[in-house]
Parts: sequence; structure tokens; C-alpha cells
Amino acid sequence: MTMPALRVSGLAKSFVVHAQGGLALPVLRNVSLAVSAGECLALVGPSGAGKSTLLRSLYGNYRADAGSILVRHDKALVELVGAEPRTVLDVRSRTMGFVSQFLRVIPRVPAVDVVAAPAIRLGMAARDARVRAEFLLGVLGIPPKLWPLPPATFSGGEQQRVNIARSLNVDYPVLLLDEPTASLDADNRDRVVGLIQQRREAGAAIVGIFHDAGVRDALATRVYDVAPLGSAPGAAV
Amino acid sequence: MNPILSASGLGKRFGDRVACRDVGFDLWPGEVLGVVGESGSGKTTLLNCLAGRLHPETGTVVYDSAAYGQVDVHDLSEARRRLLSRTEWGFVNQDAREGLRMGVSAGANIGERLMAIGARHYGDIRRTASEWLGRVEIEQDRLDDRPTTYSGGMRQRLQIARNLVSGPRLVFMDEPTGGLDVSVQARILDLLRGLVETLHLSAVLVTHDLGVARLLTHRLMVMQGGRVVEEGLTDQVLDDPQDAYTQMLVASILPV
Repeated sequence: MTMPALRVSGLAKSFVVHAQGGLALPVLRNVSLAVSAGECLALVGPSGAGKSTLLRSLYGNYRADAGSILVRHDKALVELVGAEPRTVLDVRSRTMGFVSQFLRVIPRVPAVDVVAAPAIRLGMAARDARVRAEFLLGVLGIPPKLWPLPPATFSGGEQQRVNIARSLNVDYPVLLLDEPTASLDADNRDRVVGLIQQRREAGAAIVGIFHDAGVRDALATRVYDVAPLGSAPGAAV
Repeated sequence: MNPILSASGLGKRFGDRVACRDVGFDLWPGEVLGVVGESGSGKTTLLNCLAGRLHPETGTVVYDSAAYGQVDVHDLSEARRRLLSRTEWGFVNQDAREGLRMGVSAGANIGERLMAIGARHYGDIRRTASEWLGRVEIEQDRLDDRPTTYSGGMRQRLQIARNLVSGPRLVFMDEPTGGLDVSVQARILDLLRGLVETLHLSAVLVTHDLGVARLLTHRLMVMQGGRVVEEGLTDQVLDDPQDAYTQMLVASILPV
């Protein structure tokens, strides 16, 4: 058996809302899962069950209360729960990519530079990173006349594809996808699915939330049921 | 590898008012640390203590100098600290007029920093100053104009050029986009982020604007009443705030 790219055990996460008198909202309890290279694990479960919370906890965007998140990084396993900020940043810059539903960038920066930036930060020459960025934008159906424009004025679907191109411009060994096709039409959805399939076949370990059953069937090799707390704990199916 | 800047137990009072209390952190090379909080939370006092402009009553600030190794900023002689602040540090003020010499040309503002680190050849100094004007997106034919003739955004870009021309390793920034129009602010944010990345700078950035903090910083410290109430990765602190005060700050951001 190969060493998983990502192994989660005993993960717990709750939110404490101080404006509500310290109200505690437990969302995840005792989540355990593992994903190996070339696998795509789809998180399933009803709305509000905590799928996005789990995905964001894996990225270190939300702080887990307990448990362990081990990521294979430079051939070693790195613990993300309780890690120093610089450790998490290093894992994010080279090992773990995240596609969210929203694009968050500095205003007035051209789309092509938004997409090229993560690769340039990793030391790729700016010209090469831009060539790759233009290739990805093209594959994702963003017309060349939009490449030099800042994405703030783009449609929701275009912004989402810019966001996907940005995350795929680096070959992350681990990819976390939060509804990557949410606001896309059928053609663009198929383009995005094709790119993600290529990454999976090239050996990326993927964890994703895909509401569209067709997308999930095309990408997922396994599913993980995120059950709302109060009902039965989550179990791999 | 050592932290480039390491603070511990910093405390400073003004009379019987506590401006900052027991503040400590390690800043690693290439990191941008944001310090956020409302007016009066002690952010600027902390920045001034870190940069040696104010003496804290308690605590230490250790800087890992390229020239001298690890030095305690507040144990240095005044002359040595001035030298460090001209050669290895930058300080970008909110009000560009405090960071510039308003009575001399833009070229002289930049060239002065170069001369402070030993440049003597007039042609070289002028050429480098002109290059830096271009880098901060100021027309190069404005080289001989005084900053009094510049707009607010241009002055701020000139101040950035003056600070970065000498190749600092650590830059302190106090509300670098405060008081500017939002359109000007966006360009300066983009400029600063690009420069921080390409020059591999480490920085401490004070701001009350959580949007600026999100775009420019890797880590955040949230200050309230002189104390650090929360710290962590910037996106963690903003998306999953733990402390009551941080939750209130984040919940107070106006949507656009």
C-alpha cells in the first residue's frame, strides 16, 4: 500500500460565537480519512453538514480543535494541526492548492498576472509562467481579449475559471476543490472536469465537493459521507 | 535559520496609559506580518518600538543583521542604529511628507539614500533614481520636480522608492495606503506586493484596514488595548476568528 498524500485522523472543529454569548457550534467530530496519489475523494452529505468546513480545515484556513492532518510534503509527513504559520504557508505554496468558489485578488491586476502569480512565487520565470497562464486561460475558454483585463468586471463563471487556472498553474500534489464547477455552463464545466481528470491521472491526490452528480461521477474514485453531528458519524462508503 | 526580527515582552506606557503590553513574536525572512486593531490599540507604538524609534520599558527586540549578526536594537548606539536604518531597513510612513524631504527634488530624495550607503558617482545615482521612479510608476521626466508638486499617491510611491532603493531587508510600514483614494490605494497595494515578493523583503505592516491586511500580509496580530488578543495566518484570523474582539472587527467590515 502506498503512503497516502493526505491522512486525517480524529479531526474536530467547532465554532464559538462570542456575539451569541459564547455559543459553541460543533461541526466536525472524529473525522478520519486518507487520500493517496491518483485518488479523488468526494465529500458528500446534506447542506450544512460541514463539507466546506472540513475542506477549509484541511487547508489550514479554519483551525482544527483536535486531531491530526498529515500531508506528504517534500517526501516527509508534515502535521498541519497546530503548525507554525510558516509551515502552513510552505505546504500551501508547494504542495497543496485550493480552489474556492470566490476569486480574491488585488484590484486592477490583469487576469493573466493573477493566474501566473503562484508559479512566479515558486521561482518560475515570469515569461514562462505567463505562457502557461495564457494556455490555461485558453483551455478554460477565457477569450484572449480578456487576459490583460482585471477580473473584477468578469462574469461569475469567468472569475471562477480564472480562479481554477490560477490554482492549476502550479502542479500541486494535493488539490482541494470547493465546488469548482458551481457557476459554469455545460461546455465550461466539461473543460474544467477534463483538466482536473488530467491532474488526477498525473498523480494528484484530490479532495472535493461536487454538487453536480455528473461531475462527481466523472472525477471521484471514492466518496466520504460527512454526516451532520447528532446523526451517525461520517464513514467512508 | 534565525528569525530576521524577534521581539519579546515588549511594553510601553505613556504616563499611566499602557500603549503596549507583553508583545512578542518572531518574524521569519520573507514574511509579512500585519498588525491590526482600532485607533489607540497600540499598533503604531509597537512599530516604533520595533524600529528603534521609541524605547520600550520592558522587553527586547533582536534583529538579525546582515552586517553585524544578531543585535539588540535597543542596545545599539544611536549611530549604529541610524546606520542600520539607512542600510538594512526601510520605514514607510502613512504621511509621505514625514518620510520625504519636501524641499528637494524626487531624484535627490532617492539619491540621498544611495549616498548614505556610499554611492558617489553622480551619473550612477541619477540613473538608479530614474530607474526607481519607473519601478514605482512615476514618469521619469518628474525626476527633477519636488514632491510638493506630486499628488498624494505619487508621494507615497516616491517614499516607497526612497526606502527600497538602498536594498533593505526589513521594511516597517505604518498605514502605507491610509488617506489615499481607493483607486490609488489599489495600485500601491499591487506595487508593494510585487516589490515584497521580487525583493524577498520581510515586513511589519500596521493597518486598521483588514482588506489591506488580507492582500499584503502572511500573518496577523490583532491588538486591543495594547495587548495581542489573537494571532495566526492572515486567512485563519479573518475567516475563523477566535477572539471576541477579532470576531467583532471582522463582522464590522462593510460589504461592497
